[in-house]
Amino acid sequence: MLNYDIVVIGGGPAGLAAAIEAKKNDAKRILVIDRDRELGGILQQCIHNGFGLHVFEEELTGPEYAQRFINELKEMDIEYKLDTMVLDISKNRELSAINTKDGFMKIKAKAIILAMGCRERTRGAIAIPGTRPAGVFTAGTAQRYMNMEGYMVGKKVVILGSGDIGLIMARRLTLEGAKVLAVAELMSFSGGLTRNIVQCLDDYNIPLLLNHTVTQIKGRDRVTSVVITEVDGKKKPIQGTEKEYECDTLLLSVGLIPENELSKSVHVKLSPVTSGPVVNESMETTIKGIFACGNVVHVHDLVDWVTKESQKAGKSAAKFIKNQLKDSIDVVKTFANDGISYIVPHVIRTDNLENSLDLLMRVKDVYKDAKLMVKANGKIIKEINKRHMAPGEMERINIPSSIFKEKNIREISVAIVKEGE
Amino acid sequence: MDKKEIICIVCPIGCRLTVSKDKDEYKVTGNSCKRGETYGIKEMTNPTRVIPTTVKIKNGFLKRLPVKTNGSVPKELIFKCMEIMNHVEVEAPVKMGDVIIYNILEIGIDVVATKTMGKT
Repeated sequence: MLNYDIVVIGGGPAGLAAAIEAKKNDAKRILVIDRDRELGGILQQCIHNGFGLHVFEEELTGPEYAQRFINELKEMDIEYKLDTMVLDISKNRELSAINTKDGFMKIKAKAIILAMGCRERTRGAIAIPGTRPAGVFTAGTAQRYMNMEGYMVGKKVVILGSGDIGLIMARRLTLEGAKVLAVAELMSFSGGLTRNIVQCLDDYNIPLLLNHTVTQIKGRDRVTSVVITEVDGKKKPIQGTEKEYECDTLLLSVGLIPENELSKSVHVKLSPVTSGPVVNESMETTIKGIFACGNVVHVHDLVDWVTKESQKAGKSAAKFIKNQLKDSIDVVKTFANDGISYIVPHVIRTDNLENSLDLLMRVKDVYKDAKLMVKANGKIIKEINKRHMAPGEMERINIPSSIFKEKNIREISVAIVKEGE
Repeated sequence: MDKKEIICIVCPIGCRLTVSKDKDEYKVTGNSCKRGETYGIKEMTNPTRVIPTTVKIKNGFLKRLPVKTNGSVPKELIFKCMEIMNHVEVEAPVKMGDVIIYNILEIGIDVVATKTMGKT
């Protein structure tokens, strides 16, 4: 049995930031486990720039952002194991893991940090009718093939879904000489960041077809065409609007799902909305000493906030092993009301709050000139005017801890109030 | 009179700007801040972009090395830059920040590695 203070599962941006922060807060023996051949996670294939504007106040590429944390981890002599798969976790914080060098390992940890990230929804998840030829990729898979392995995935490409990875890949394919015919989006708005729509589609005159979806894939060995159809208000395809696009490749950028198989193996409670663990103010799950951070909790749009959230998880885990996390009875619950799909954290134990607490949330729709209204025990404590809100852009509200502590608060809720209501 | 519609990306609001040119004067409408005006005029007169891409690498554990231009390149030169980068092959080891192409197209901008890759 190997013994560690903290075991971090996942060596992407979340795991790296959590491990570093735990070490800074006096945790001694820390182990980061990753199944890939290098640290850095998905950032290593995100070669585009735009990372780090909030954390470093400069525009870095994914590998550059990752490298800063990898360097820090190594300078701090934090142990890590690559090409290693964690098989399961038990309630008393024992892990089993396996790799080809050490074989099967049993590891005992005083605290565990879940940082496994998320994975892409596939063709199967959205059930597109048609044949099953080669040439249908998730956008992230195509990104890995092109940016790391050096394989071009296609020459004439249709992209379904306008999430950020789909948009980024539209530009990437164009730069490498492919023709991107269109990006089809089921919703009436893009789930991607505005800057990506402008710099990845508009710059190269790639049409964004809102309220459209792929209704058929054709081709025997390789994709030969796809059919794109307009959808109505209920997202049902409108007959007669079908248009066939001759192409050899279809990329899917249709959403990300937190990867929680390990969390399930130890019966961590998951939120049905985020598909990630229910967490408290310290990023601790419903099982004591098991923490979670980053995309495994809820899918972020900016890595900067993954870093911040994970630093909190790392610091909290270090506090936990020093018995400094209090299991107070003063518990505040957060509620996502009108227009808000979820809030992280779900539960707040007020004794563990520092100066202030960030509530992270997503809105359900696109809103112009609306307000985020925060209520404590039903009374308004904060109103934030917003010119623009969209589901693709996470909202953060900072609440001073004094608010929780002074007034014997039991619940905090956030709702959207449109102008004039 | 030249006229162009663009979406501002200075902040997440995404104002729809109309930039028009009347004689030598540029006029921006639809913006809600000063930065939007500056962005609109820059996009009309001299739009530039950083180009992140890859070059081939030998003896690395990956087949491609990520690189970027260390400054913004005029938009109309993006594909010319890509053509040059397509013909470059480097050999590991490479360190993040190493200059891969010096002064590309003689516009005073270098192409630099964005990843450290050891020799395998």
